[in-house]
Amino acid sequence: MSANVMPVHPEADLSSIVLEQADRLFRGEVTKERMAEADRGTWPSAIWAAVQQAGLPLALTAEQHGGVGLPPADALHLIRRAGYHTPPVPLAETMIAAALWAEASGEAIAGTLSLAPVGVSEVISIERGSGGYTLRGTAQRVPWATQVDHVLVHAYDAGASPWLALVPRPSLQDAKPRTNLANEPRETLTLDGVVVREAAVRAAPASCAGGFLLLGAAIRAQQMVGAMERCLDYALAYAMEREQFGRPLGRFQAVQHMLADAAGQYAAAAAAAEVAGEAYGTDDFAFATAVAKARVGEATGKVAEVCHQVHGAMGFTQEHPLHFATRRLWSWRDEFGHETFWQERIGRMVCSAGGEALWPKLVGK
Amino acid sequence: MHAFQFDAPHLPPEALGARHRVRAFLAAERDAKAFSQHRSSWSIFDEGFTRRAGAAGFIGVTWPKEYGGQAQSSLVRFVITQEMLGAGAPCFAHWIADRQSGPQILRHGSERAKRLLLPRICRGECYFGIGMSEPNSGSDLAAVRTRAVKQDAGWVINGSKIWTSNAHRVHYLIALVRTGDAGADRHGGLTQFIIDMSQPGVTVRPIHNLAGGHEFNEVVFQDYLVADDMMVGAEGQGWSMVTGELAFERSGPDRFLSDYRLMVELINRVGPTPNQQQAVEIGRLVGHLAALQRMSASIAVLLDQGKSPNTEAALVKDVGTAFERELPEIARKLVPVEASLNDPEDVFAETLGHVTLHAPSFTLRGGTREILRGIIARGLGLR
Repeated sequence: MSANVMPVHPEADLSSIVLEQADRLFRGEVTKERMAEADRGTWPSAIWAAVQQAGLPLALTAEQHGGVGLPPADALHLIRRAGYHTPPVPLAETMIAAALWAEASGEAIAGTLSLAPVGVSEVISIERGSGGYTLRGTAQRVPWATQVDHVLVHAYDAGASPWLALVPRPSLQDAKPRTNLANEPRETLTLDGVVVREAAVRAAPASCAGGFLLLGAAIRAQQMVGAMERCLDYALAYAMEREQFGRPLGRFQAVQHMLADAAGQYAAAAAAAEVAGEAYGTDDFAFATAVAKARVGEATGKVAEVCHQVHGAMGFTQEHPLHFATRRLWSWRDEFGHETFWQERIGRMVCSAGGEALWPKLVGK
Repeated sequence: MHAFQFDAPHLPPEALGARHRVRAFLAAERDAKAFSQHRSSWSIFDEGFTRRAGAAGFIGVTWPKEYGGQAQSSLVRFVITQEMLGAGAPCFAHWIADRQSGPQILRHGSERAKRLLLPRICRGECYFGIGMSEPNSGSDLAAVRTRAVKQDAGWVINGSKIWTSNAHRVHYLIALVRTGDAGADRHGGLTQFIIDMSQPGVTVRPIHNLAGGHEFNEVVFQDYLVADDMMVGAEGQGWSMVTGELAFERSGPDRFLSDYRLMVELINRVGPTPNQQQAVEIGRLVGHLAALQRMSASIAVLLDQGKSPNTEAALVKDVGTAFERELPEIARKLVPVEASLNDPEDVFAETLGHVTLHAPSFTLRGGTREILRGIIARGLGLR
């Protein structure tokens, strides 16, 4: 996307280089065989090694902390590209957690990371004791919980101040095995009594003071836009190569209109995600992210349905790679709040401000 | 896949300045009760409003100063149209001339046509209609049969146009007529002319719409004589000119804001503490609006840079008009209301009534949904 837009800032140069490199890397590393292996529960170490070597996990981490320091909108584009290629690794979660931890502690961190809690109403508490900090609570459906090196936990102390605790995986026990529809690990973590050393606990920066819900919604929205683009690429190619009644499927008007409808849904979703990416770090981020997660989530249903319909029975097989994208779409749309959750939030925001206040919210003051 | 571009629409300072000037103008109009906001939209024809908008400098702003314009960027015009739509301003008297007839004349018209017409359009004194559809040529525009024949004094036109909005009120039409052989692709031999509605040989018959309004007409030409220099563009170039303008016509905010006032009235009617269903549905609609707003603004920037994002423009109209049609269907279920054409005590019921009766036209005018999906399919490589 945007390959023919001239770079305006020096960083834009860096961004387009990183994005191109990432696309190339994913194309080479994320093979169908490796996707199938990961689907069966094998950690794709070769893919992660390549991703790490390219510096992608630190794309969003500031340069002064040893990161790449991409502008956030471009870092979110990188997440979108990852959504397109679906590497079965927690790249998006690691990028966000690494940037937050660097912001909070001033230190970069290597390895794979996840975020907890991710549920819309889950709260973890933290208490300072003599031997460090003690966590209490349960975090459900934590992405890649048992496969990452560290889980970044957001917790509140008794005074309702937010903290970040960097919890090494070995200190987490009793994680119940659970995966989403794409066999990506989503385990429940019981954090009751987990003790974290002093140096691994920091005050939460403003960007995640209220928890990880917004940031998680923002990354899932980008991933879904990428995965939808992949589905449409598959469907458009298949529509022109598969022939029935003596002509390609794509020549039938009924098929054309179906795909045009899906393209419209995708386009609106991409536009909403674009706004959210640019709003990262600004006051508009909460509203823009709510809009993006709601609009993108709604689009996924239509896009996945149409792309499967175009593929016929072939798309319903393990053989065809379409399911690597669509199974992710059906999971990601529910993670970090589904459409209804975010729509309600937007609706309450808008109604409490009144009808006339909507216009400047849409077009600017 | 064709990667859709919806890059950040950075508006220049003069566009932001224009936004504040239009808002001040519209606030004064509202205060003076110059138009009834909740019943209004861009398809309301109000000469008084258009004259005041022209005097305030909001029409033809992108055109050169020598023709009455202000040589502003197309993004200034974009912001002006956005604000007019958001306020539900009755813009139809100048909408067509400002959006497509004026730009066509400026680019392809004779010097005499430019000097005669453009300054008057800018002042809000000269209104235009579109003469494309015919009784046997609707979506299939290339089937146009109205014919112009060259004679010494100019061209003589015979035939008829239909669904011509405001033909009984506008001063001019730009008509697409056949002047030569259609060719194998049927796109040849089409030419555009400026039709002066005050001249003999043109008759207007009203067609009332289902809401009781008179906007449509049938226009019949009987030996109507048009001067050579009222041809727009070269002979036989009509098709490429008509299709070349479509990105401007289709990506504009008028393709998803036709019933924006219903959105405002819905929020006001529901009030600050919605129930869950109301909040969810309103939140969903706002999400759709926000995405469309971004699509439309990004395309405005591309158009300003001289690009032709035709597929994206068709997408905005397809997704945008679907939103416009869905809005009244959802709004009616969120509050206990029975839509009305005349209930001054219930603003919401009146707005809903007005929108419900006009909604069928949203996915027809300017290219039906089915035509747009064909264009999108072509952009996707399926045709």
